[in-house]
Amino acid sequence: MNLILKVWRQSSRDEKGKIETYPISDISPDMSFLEMMDVLNENLISKGIDPVSFDHDCREGICGMCSMFINGEAHGPDRLVTTCQLHMRKFKDGDTIVIEPFRARAFPVIKDLIVDRSSFDRIQQAGGFVSVNTSGNTQDANAIPIDKHDADKAFDAATCIGCGACVASCKNASAMLFVSAKVSQYSLLPQGKVEATDRVLNMVNQMDEEGFGNCTNTGACEIECPKGISLENIARLNREYLAASIKD
Amino acid sequence: MSLKTSSIIRKVSMALSGLFLVVFLTQHFTINLTSVFSENIFNKISHFMGNNFLVQFILQPILIFGVVFHFIMGFILEYINRKSRDTSYVTFKGSSNSNWMSRNMIYSGIVILSFLGLHFYDFWIPEINYKYVEVLPLDQDRYYQELVHKFESPIRTTIYSVSFVFLALHLYHGFSSSFQSVGFNNKYSSALRLFANGFSIIIPLGFIFIAIFHHLKA
Amino acid sequence: MTVLKSKIPKGPISEKWIKHKSDINLVSPANKRLIDIIVVGTGLAGASASATLAELGYNVKTFCFQDSPRRAHSIAAQGGINAAKNYQGDGDSTFRLFYDTIKGGDYRSREANVYRLAEVSTNIIDQCVAQGVPFARDYGGLLDNRSFGGVLVSRTFYAKGQTGQQLLLGAYSAMNRQIGRGQIKMFNRHEMMDLVIIDGKARGIIARNLITGKLERHGAHAVVIASGGYGNVFFLSTNAMGSNVSAAWKIHKKGAHFANPCFTQIHPTCIPVSGDHQSKLTLMSESLRNDGRIWVPKKIEDVKLIREGKLKPTDIKEENRDYYLERRYPAFGNLVPRDVASRAAKERCDEGYGVNKTGEAVFLDFSSAIIRYGKEQAHVKGLDENDKILVKKLGQDVIRSKYGNLFQMYEKIVDQNPYETPMMIYPAVHYTMGGTWVDYNLMTSIPGCYSIGEANFSDHGANRLGASALMQGLADGYFVLPYTIGDYLADDIRTGKISTDQLEFEKAEKTVQNQINLFINNKGKHSVDYYHKKLGKIMWNKCGMSRNEKGLKEAMKEIKELRSDFYKNVKVPGSADEYNEELAKAGRLADFLELGELFAKDGLERTESCGGHFREESQTTEGEAVRDDKNFTFVSVWEYKGEPSKAKLIKEKLNFEEIEVKTRSYK
Repeated sequence: MNLILKVWRQSSRDEKGKIETYPISDISPDMSFLEMMDVLNENLISKGIDPVSFDHDCREGICGMCSMFINGEAHGPDRLVTTCQLHMRKFKDGDTIVIEPFRARAFPVIKDLIVDRSSFDRIQQAGGFVSVNTSGNTQDANAIPIDKHDADKAFDAATCIGCGACVASCKNASAMLFVSAKVSQYSLLPQGKVEATDRVLNMVNQMDEEGFGNCTNTGACEIECPKGISLENIARLNREYLAASIKD
Repeated sequence: MSLKTSSIIRKVSMALSGLFLVVFLTQHFTINLTSVFSENIFNKISHFMGNNFLVQFILQPILIFGVVFHFIMGFILEYINRKSRDTSYVTFKGSSNSNWMSRNMIYSGIVILSFLGLHFYDFWIPEINYKYVEVLPLDQDRYYQELVHKFESPIRTTIYSVSFVFLALHLYHGFSSSFQSVGFNNKYSSALRLFANGFSIIIPLGFIFIAIFHHLKA
Repeated sequence: MTVLKSKIPKGPISEKWIKHKSDINLVSPANKRLIDIIVVGTGLAGASASATLAELGYNVKTFCFQDSPRRAHSIAAQGGINAAKNYQGDGDSTFRLFYDTIKGGDYRSREANVYRLAEVSTNIIDQCVAQGVPFARDYGGLLDNRSFGGVLVSRTFYAKGQTGQQLLLGAYSAMNRQIGRGQIKMFNRHEMMDLVIIDGKARGIIARNLITGKLERHGAHAVVIASGGYGNVFFLSTNAMGSNVSAAWKIHKKGAHFANPCFTQIHPTCIPVSGDHQSKLTLMSESLRNDGRIWVPKKIEDVKLIREGKLKPTDIKEENRDYYLERRYPAFGNLVPRDVASRAAKERCDEGYGVNKTGEAVFLDFSSAIIRYGKEQAHVKGLDENDKILVKKLGQDVIRSKYGNLFQMYEKIVDQNPYETPMMIYPAVHYTMGGTWVDYNLMTSIPGCYSIGEANFSDHGANRLGASALMQGLADGYFVLPYTIGDYLADDIRTGKISTDQLEFEKAEKTVQNQINLFINNKGKHSVDYYHKKLGKIMWNKCGMSRNEKGLKEAMKEIKELRSDFYKNVKVPGSADEYNEELAKAGRLADFLELGELFAKDGLERTESCGGHFREESQTTEGEAVRDDKNFTFVSVWEYKGEPSKAKLIKEKLNFEEIEVKTRSYK
């Protein structure tokens, strides 16, 4: 396959970025998108051009590090995949592919396609945990039975990989799906219920402080989420938040 | 209760004011619809609404507050949301993951707001003028004639109809999504969405029907 | 003569850990405030250690090269975590877990450490559940278990195919709590470049901020290395792209001994390489072998036709298929341990029976399981068991509910529907049992420098059992290190802050700076990956699933040559004071190029076959591994002597008091 790549280049956070065009040839449809980027970088290095910086690590769709906005969509046109699992067979010979970083005020660009998602970490630090000591002196794991349906729902919410595709896809750059996944996981489990009030208030507060936008229920996040995190979680977050606001 | 302004409080207030306006709209539509069947009933209800103390001095201010709140909050949200992405995408394919209505509430909203301006100019201002400024004598039968008179103009009828199309678009996203905003998302949600979406199409169509009906009749 | 002190407590095995905990020195809560600890790495071991140390009151500084601690590669573990809870009442016990782990490791691990691991395993599950880790449950609301390869009980706790993710997020949340309290200072996108030793003790590190490129000095009273394994020395492995040996190798060069480097686990069920562009390999959970049957065609003509795409695997008749695992190991069949399954696949492919274009793949076939489950379902539902289409559909539904996410992943990568046609799999490097040598307290041979999780060598011997890596990472981090470290730190309560203005920091920083300058100014011909791929080829061909003297010797020589070529001709674009991934990769590869040589040397030295280490010279006529307990019941501990080839071997003898050493047989 031969392709035309239009890649966002930005040397640092404060520099102005722009799109550069790189033609690329002999791409195998069996390559993953990131392997195609590896080939591009090898070419650039051999030509003495600075390679394109992009985040990636596990390359099996679970670490959440890869983060490209490809042809107008987070993680590209395929569904339920991260960029590292997107394969070139989803594109056609001769295609032009526009590659941009995830964009949000709360995700400033570090270089080229790399953005700073530490705002997600800070939201978690504000309350995304159960305050239990890690000493091992806890009660037996089977002391509290948990309804299988609740446990399964908690699991589904907990599969969020924190990639930020929800923010990137949302026209408002809202982080509600991410926050709701974490809040849901804990609010569905008895262990997490104890501090549910503080958790939801603190996490939402931090989310707002980081400069994410408001949720307007467009549903783009759910569609683009590589892990299929459901909008039900956002409804649950809204409920939890309202209940907490009344209680607190 | 802490009523801090948070993104979720703003979102819920948007949903609740929206739902309130939906209720008002239903009521308004029902009254208007009577004009198609019976001049007499329409006049009677209109007279009641225009002269009842509760309606005029309690419900009407609440309604006005609701409308003003809804659009001011809408503008605030839009401002915050635009600010939350300072560099925009070169390519953004919103159509692949969301519908047009959900992404363009601000535009459908602005059209509706402008329409409200016209609507106030057409009905509300003359009404206030009639009752409270010039204090003209009570006339229980004037409402129907005023209505019919307004729809003589094809331009006005067209503007009304187009505005209601935008209202449908606005409602199509807003009504069903307000349930999600207040935290209602469960096994009944798909049925509720079906109802809300049906409502969002039928009611504005009904308004258009009424407008065209009177235009053709005139 | 260097003497190794493994510090294994005296007494009966079941009391060693309890007694040790009460014997060792503690640091009082008031004094913990005066002590700083550096943790490098945020996988299960690093994150759990950081969280617990911080909770105990130490000041913790944690470093990871990723953009968030949550990205560490523990997140990719699929299958589960073992614990001797005996919830299923199937006869499990601490002793049985201990026994299985020792046996699975082919009698090359330390009894005392493994027993302790089995002992604390139950705590891990309690802890994780209390943290809100959503393990799989049954309809009664209690925790569910599954069974894994090489054992006879169901002791594996799991969260679908994402157990590692859920456990890591649990540890990450515990860390977040401490970061929020200010007890942990987190350094994301920072890479440890060197260890600083003052007066013989580990006193800090030099780290590089990967965004600005600035070198930073960080002082502490103890340094904990939790940087994971070194599987990426093979270039292609199931490890993350960034996984590297550098932290472990840097401490090795400063005096921490490296143990059993050649003990590597090659996982049998990975998606095969599709071409030269391949950047990494994807693992498919071992649990697939519960229902999948592994085969290759019996006739070489069929193999040819399949490779050319002229014959479909489903068209090959039953009698023309060679279910080689069932043929060779009738007792365990497709569920033999990982090392055995991997070698058997290689054997078939080496004989020319590989079924994909590259000749390196075998089939993993679910069709019999689909029919079996389908008939069962049809029977349960009172439907026609002879309706083939119905049975197939019902069977596929069962398979979907068990392995749906894996099948989906396979389809995304390979673009074939595994419900209709057999999967193709091939072994790939997955885990390294070897690592920095540590004593019972998990301290390396450098005082004050600890090594935990996959980075150390301690618990898995020559082969790791499935679902044991997660167990070890969390055991080390939550329950072992936080206590044993106090024994050392008790002497440090009056030391005061470690100043980073000391000469040793300056020297270490300078060394690091020099290496960076060297890479940046080199202006060579080839990219870092060019060399990494070459190294990977040497490793895979000569130090891979089966090894021999000639190959290992060649590997040592070739790696050395490659290393010198690398330093001469590597090309690193960009500058040192910006985000520069190529520069970071160059530094990591430099260390792999040294480790690779030691790896080969270790393999050469150990002329027996054991666990993941298979020496062709040491096998039966049927091709089964032959262990040499008389000469090799020891840990190979390597002391750095200026160059990998000059490393000095020290033997830590392994004593088996509780368990009788037997030949592993799965026939």
